[in-house]
Amino acid sequence: MIVDNNGERVVLFSIISICENTREQGTRGRFFCVLFRNLRTQRNRPPVLVFMVNLMNEMIRTEDVYYEYMPQGEDEAGVQAVKGVSMSVEQGSFVVVLGRNGSGKSTLARLMNGLLIPGKGTVIVDGIRTDNREMIWEIRKTLGLVFQNPDNQIVATTVEEDVAFGPENLGMPPEEIRVMIDRSLKMVNMEGYGDYAPHMLSGGQKQRIAIAGILAMNPKCIVLDEATSMLDPTGRAEVMNVLHSLNRDKGITIVLITHHMDEAVEADKIFVMESGRIILSGTPRQIFENVEVVRQAGLDVPQVTALIYRLNQIGIRTDHLPVTMEETIRLMKNLLTGSDFAAKGRSKAPIYRLKSDGTVLKSKDETGTPIIKVRNLYHTYMPGSTFERKALKDINLTINEGDRFGIIGQTGSGKSTLVQHLNGILKPDSGTLEVDGLKAEGKELKALRRKVGLIFQYPEHQLFEETVYKDIIFGLNKLNLSEDEIKERVFHTIDLLGISPELLEKSPFELSGGQKRRVAIAGVLVMKPKVLILDEPTAGLDPQGSSEVFRILSNLNEKEGTTIIIISHNMEEIAAFCNRVAVMSDGGIAMCDTTENIFKLEEELKKYKLDVPQITRLFRQLEIPGLDIPTILTIDEAVDFIADVCHIRAGGVVQ
Amino acid sequence: MIGNITLGQYVPGNSILHRLDPRTKILWTMLLMVVTFLINTWQEYVMMGALTLILLIVSGIPVRQTLKGLKPLLFILAITAILNIFLTGGTPMLTIGPVRITYEGIIAAVKLFCRLVILVVTASLMTLTTTPMTMTDGIEKLLKPFGRIGVPAHEIAMMMSIALRFIPTLMEETERIMKAQASRGADFDTGSIFSRIKSFIPVLVPLFVSAFKRADELAEAMESRCYHGGKGRTRLKSIHFTNLDGTVTVIGFIYLVLLLGIRFIK
Repeated sequence: MIVDNNGERVVLFSIISICENTREQGTRGRFFCVLFRNLRTQRNRPPVLVFMVNLMNEMIRTEDVYYEYMPQGEDEAGVQAVKGVSMSVEQGSFVVVLGRNGSGKSTLARLMNGLLIPGKGTVIVDGIRTDNREMIWEIRKTLGLVFQNPDNQIVATTVEEDVAFGPENLGMPPEEIRVMIDRSLKMVNMEGYGDYAPHMLSGGQKQRIAIAGILAMNPKCIVLDEATSMLDPTGRAEVMNVLHSLNRDKGITIVLITHHMDEAVEADKIFVMESGRIILSGTPRQIFENVEVVRQAGLDVPQVTALIYRLNQIGIRTDHLPVTMEETIRLMKNLLTGSDFAAKGRSKAPIYRLKSDGTVLKSKDETGTPIIKVRNLYHTYMPGSTFERKALKDINLTINEGDRFGIIGQTGSGKSTLVQHLNGILKPDSGTLEVDGLKAEGKELKALRRKVGLIFQYPEHQLFEETVYKDIIFGLNKLNLSEDEIKERVFHTIDLLGISPELLEKSPFELSGGQKRRVAIAGVLVMKPKVLILDEPTAGLDPQGSSEVFRILSNLNEKEGTTIIIISHNMEEIAAFCNRVAVMSDGGIAMCDTTENIFKLEEELKKYKLDVPQITRLFRQLEIPGLDIPTILTIDEAVDFIADVCHIRAGGVVQ
Repeated sequence: MIGNITLGQYVPGNSILHRLDPRTKILWTMLLMVVTFLINTWQEYVMMGALTLILLIVSGIPVRQTLKGLKPLLFILAITAILNIFLTGGTPMLTIGPVRITYEGIIAAVKLFCRLVILVVTASLMTLTTTPMTMTDGIEKLLKPFGRIGVPAHEIAMMMSIALRFIPTLMEETERIMKAQASRGADFDTGSIFSRIKSFIPVLVPLFVSAFKRADELAEAMESRCYHGGKGRTRLKSIHFTNLDGTVTVIGFIYLVLLLGIRFIK
């Protein structure tokens, strides 16, 4: 029998035994075959014993699995995190598990490598039941787990020692460990980083080191528990590349747990989880066709799918919902190239920036009154030391009152350093800064800090008080306000943020992730800042949580007139929310213009390793003779534009 | 912030000192420290100083780097030296009012100063030529014999190396939380000592919460990478005594015997 495997001729030499006893009783009959491989290039060499194959072809199998976390207090009930999950992951496949925060995906990951043992049901990994404690190290060797936080899974002080950690635990001889380290680092494109200290690496590099640490144990399967959620787009792309090449070239089974839809599109199979259950499973196409079900699970579909879905809803029918860019382009071309239409040479359709409630957002670019003025600002970290780094170089920036200002740029381009100047946390080396007439120095500093609220990345990490109420008023306490005034401000703020008043007397540490973030934001908003700065406000939140944050921000901007500045790596968010955008690169401002003008320049942005939203790219790649396609930033705009064009085509009305 | 700590920072190199087994270095450092407290006569000081200087040169570490390690200690050195000058009784050399500087006082101050400098340089030479990981390996092996009386050698070493790994991470985190609280109106710089200490609560609580969370997650990550204690564990870089360790130890002993022997010959 000859099987072709990745271009190598694999000769199935003999089936030696049917072993039901060697590994685990109770699982179905498993055949183990010893394969001998003749490499095409090395025919003369004697056959080499290569590997054993599980003919059942199943990497992970869960059968009606339940898991309940122990109750915290005596009077509380335990949390049922996983409720009756049955799934099967084929060997060599690339599987994605989607689900919102708290849907039980992380618990599922921990059940898969025996960190948790199901309360009911069984989990079988490569033919071994996870509740067989004698085989636990075999299971963990076969199925490696990569966690969410890159910092909290690196054990050693150098990259090399960390990759060695797993093999060391398995008792491999040092020479062999050395070989494994070199091989694994090469597989994740991190050769030459062996001597680096982990804190010198970027997030994406750290996650690749974590993957290398698992590869060094020669696994058959890698499960990633939201391993990309704390990374910037570059880091995420690096990790995704590595995962796809491991899956394609080495045949390693990948189970990726995520809430990034773009990572799911290329999967072989997707499972969607919602409150501990699997509510959908199938190919990406099958999944994303169920737009409503996916959205109800707190998730979203790719922008192109969402666009066609919306078009279908307003009566522009297509025969199917596309998932990839190429498909959509084809579909759109069919839709938009009508013979009579092309001849008419339709000119540019009017484009309006829409606010969340559907009204037109006024552009304040030229007419606004400046609230923040930065002139020739420089900042250097650790001047004079070997770590000296010029973080900001000659920054000139004006932000107007009521702006929704976006700052984009690669990690390390100076975005966070810049916004920390805006509320006086960092002092400029030279140059001036003025906010609403106040300078960031001397006595005006305190007043300035009250005007500018700065919300850091993962703000929930700064909560510390006994109750939510006390935490929210932490800053207010220093303002000598009356008890009533404080109360009124707190209730006003929680109303704005949708925090229910019952939570006020709870401990902030009892809340869910999304609630914690809102409480942390409330702690800043209660100071009534005129300018609110948010550094990556939606990092780690699922699509529904993210859109809630933006709803709050829009509200704030419109009702209270607060100027909002956000730093984000998510171009779709920036495109949909901001009216002006600054692009930072290498400590300077490379471009600053209206959102439309910035995202027009796709090639220019590429130079700064930035992307445009999928929807914008779609319309840029659509080349339809006779049709002048404007820069489209959001799905709403796209729908309007197409409706407009199609209407013209149907009715033949030309302006 | 992190850049200023020289004591304990490894400088890569391939000198004799770098190549020595960490156990040799730890034991010798301890021995030299004891000897530094035993020496008393000028000859002994000179010989001890010469030894330190030789080690410094052999290590190939820039002298400036080593002296940088002394900088934070300069204040303590100066204070102890000055106290010695004024508080030692004996023949007065100079009397200004109630202050009396004695001949013995100056000698004691100079000796103490030299002693402390030798101590600090010896200790930093060890840390400057040994990576933290090798150091913990050395400590683990040295403590192993005490395992019988209940000293958890592997666990102690593992804890030390994890602590070393997380120092930079936690420093970064502290800075971030301080900034975050400052932008919410916290004030770390003004007020009485008591209120300043109190102002650190908003930093310490989140820091501890996060440290515990990190510990939990790290434990999970270690467990899922098959960590189950020191039993049956191999090391990528295991440490071995070599001939070099023997040679250095023999030469060192001869030198010390000479150094301390002079006293008895007289």
